[in-house]
Amino acid sequence: MNPVLTKRSGLWQQVIARPQGALALGLLGFLYLCALFAPLLAPYGPGDQDLQKPYHPPTGFTWTQDGLAVRLYENADPTQALYRPIPGKTATIHWFPAGHPYRLFGLLPCRRHLFGVEPPQKIYLLGSDSTGRDVFSRLLYGAQVSLSIGLIGISISLGVGLIAGGLAGYFGGWFDSLVMRTTELLMAIPGLYLLLALRGAFASQFGSGEVYLLIVVILSFLGWSGAARVIRGLTLSLRAQTFVEAAIVTGLSPWRILWRHLLPNLASYLLVAAALSIPGYILGEAALSFLGIGIQEPSASWGLMLAQAQEMKVFMCNFWWLLSPGAAVFVTVAAFNLLGDTLRDVIDPHFRTSDR
Amino acid sequence: MVLFVLRRLLFLIPLLLGVTLLVFFLMSLTPGNFLTPIKAQRDISPELLVALEKGFGLDRPWYTRYFLWLRNVLQGDFGYSWTYKIAVVDLLWQRVPATLLLNLTSFAFAWAVAIPLGVLAAVRRNSWWDRATALLAYASLSIPEFFLALLAIYLAARTGWFPLGGLTSIEHEFFSPLGRALDIAHHLILPTLVLGLGGVATLMRILRANFLDVIRAEYVTTARAKGLPENVVIWRHVFRNAVNPLLSCLGYVVAGLLSGSLLVENVMSYPGLGQLIYSAFIRQDQFVVLASVVLSCILLVLGNLFSDILLAWVDPRVRLPVR
Repeated sequence: MNPVLTKRSGLWQQVIARPQGALALGLLGFLYLCALFAPLLAPYGPGDQDLQKPYHPPTGFTWTQDGLAVRLYENADPTQALYRPIPGKTATIHWFPAGHPYRLFGLLPCRRHLFGVEPPQKIYLLGSDSTGRDVFSRLLYGAQVSLSIGLIGISISLGVGLIAGGLAGYFGGWFDSLVMRTTELLMAIPGLYLLLALRGAFASQFGSGEVYLLIVVILSFLGWSGAARVIRGLTLSLRAQTFVEAAIVTGLSPWRILWRHLLPNLASYLLVAAALSIPGYILGEAALSFLGIGIQEPSASWGLMLAQAQEMKVFMCNFWWLLSPGAAVFVTVAAFNLLGDTLRDVIDPHFRTSDR
Repeated sequence: MVLFVLRRLLFLIPLLLGVTLLVFFLMSLTPGNFLTPIKAQRDISPELLVALEKGFGLDRPWYTRYFLWLRNVLQGDFGYSWTYKIAVVDLLWQRVPATLLLNLTSFAFAWAVAIPLGVLAAVRRNSWWDRATALLAYASLSIPEFFLALLAIYLAARTGWFPLGGLTSIEHEFFSPLGRALDIAHHLILPTLVLGLGGVATLMRILRANFLDVIRAEYVTTARAKGLPENVVIWRHVFRNAVNPLLSCLGYVVAGLLSGSLLVENVMSYPGLGQLIYSAFIRQDQFVVLASVVLSCILLVLGNLFSDILLAWVDPRVRLPVR
């Protein structure tokens, strides 16, 4: 049996075999499932307000003869948003009740939600924000933005980096120096400044879908330079090897050599780079939305939700649940970092970080 | 050495031209300009507006305006801020010390904490100490800086131990010189911790990895075989060699601090360059944006230069490339 082959085919098994790898993959799988089934799992829509219940604390659970139920709260002091549970009053949790209609995966029309209570009452697993919107629901819908932006962004920037860096390394000459000078310029500017300038340049009114696309494009525009430089270096060293020369002598076209002979050799680097760069995109989107120039209300995004938590009222009255999006960003980023480190350990033992 | 420094400084010129051209172009794409808020005011006559637009060259294409701006800058005139109603140079002059101070303190904090932690983690490899610091480093690398800043304000608001933001108290002017210094230090603690924490984790991880590489070298075995005390081996033989890569990544740390301080300064309402740049971008205060971008680029290149020189000074094997 060819040892190289078994190593390749067993890449994911090797990742799972390590506790960190299994943990990271498990966490990410869980998060992506949550994002995928967000409309089903969320009891309310991302923009459903209840102006009677701003800054509602997370509801407490209790057992009644009807099964699991949540406590009901009365607004004791509206000026301070002080809520007190009403003794003895509860609302039973229903499983798969009919709620507002939505389309699962954007396709299947559906009305059922995983859980909910009788409509005038509300269930707030993670409390509510300044306009009485359910933080838990918005967290789930925000996950759709934050988790997909990393995947799409990294595909674009690695694609561009691969083409630019690969061609620069393979052909050299004026194209090489053009690409390298451009990347140096891009890397010389502090990323966030460029992000602000780019976002400002396209500041006109956009729908939320367009803003999403714009953010992905801007983040990828910033991200491709680092990948392009490393890919160029790798291509340069690969190009000097005999199998490339053999391919050239056989008369293969440059495109075919790049696609069939160089790309497979870059695959492992690309995989590690992808896992380690995705946090940058998630953090970039969160920062933009946090500064108020990313995803706009009433759409949900983790950064946007954190921006709401900036109000003095939140700190003074201890609305800690409004900080939960930050914890979500933290867990996601940590899981991607962990996955990237484990992948690197498996693929390239020379760069082991955890245990030398 | 002098040649190397000169070359680096020469490289600043095309870099600054490219960056400002890019920013200028992007800002010209933005609908509206810094005169837009004035247009809404009733008491400004249309004639004056037209005269102002002509005076600022706003009726001309962006590349013409770029060259006009460039000519003024070469004569030392960075323009006028419409938001703050003072000259840009004066405005920056107020803000730069605050940002520099914050970046220096975070930097000092990062190094002062990262070095002992990293060395200890490497020396006591695989101990509980090593694992705990690795876990902490992981956590602080994954936490977004603006979230950390929010948490810090939250802590300040709940406990009242620290001020909620800013650089000075209201009574600052009335304090004695010592009181003023203490007041500023008190305001600096939280921003420094928030901004420096990411740096601690990065530096610590690099230092630990290098340390473990160097500790296996033969000259370390020799030093131990000679009977040198472990202290001397660790600090004089291993540490000096392990610290080199840290110095070369100093430039990147400076860049990261500049970007990071934009977010942290905004969240913690710290009156620095980052906050200024952000509000200038939002209000399209073009000359402020351009001048601050120029300034940040210069700081960045100087940071890199400083790290290269430091590297050459610490490690006699490193020769600065003349070409």
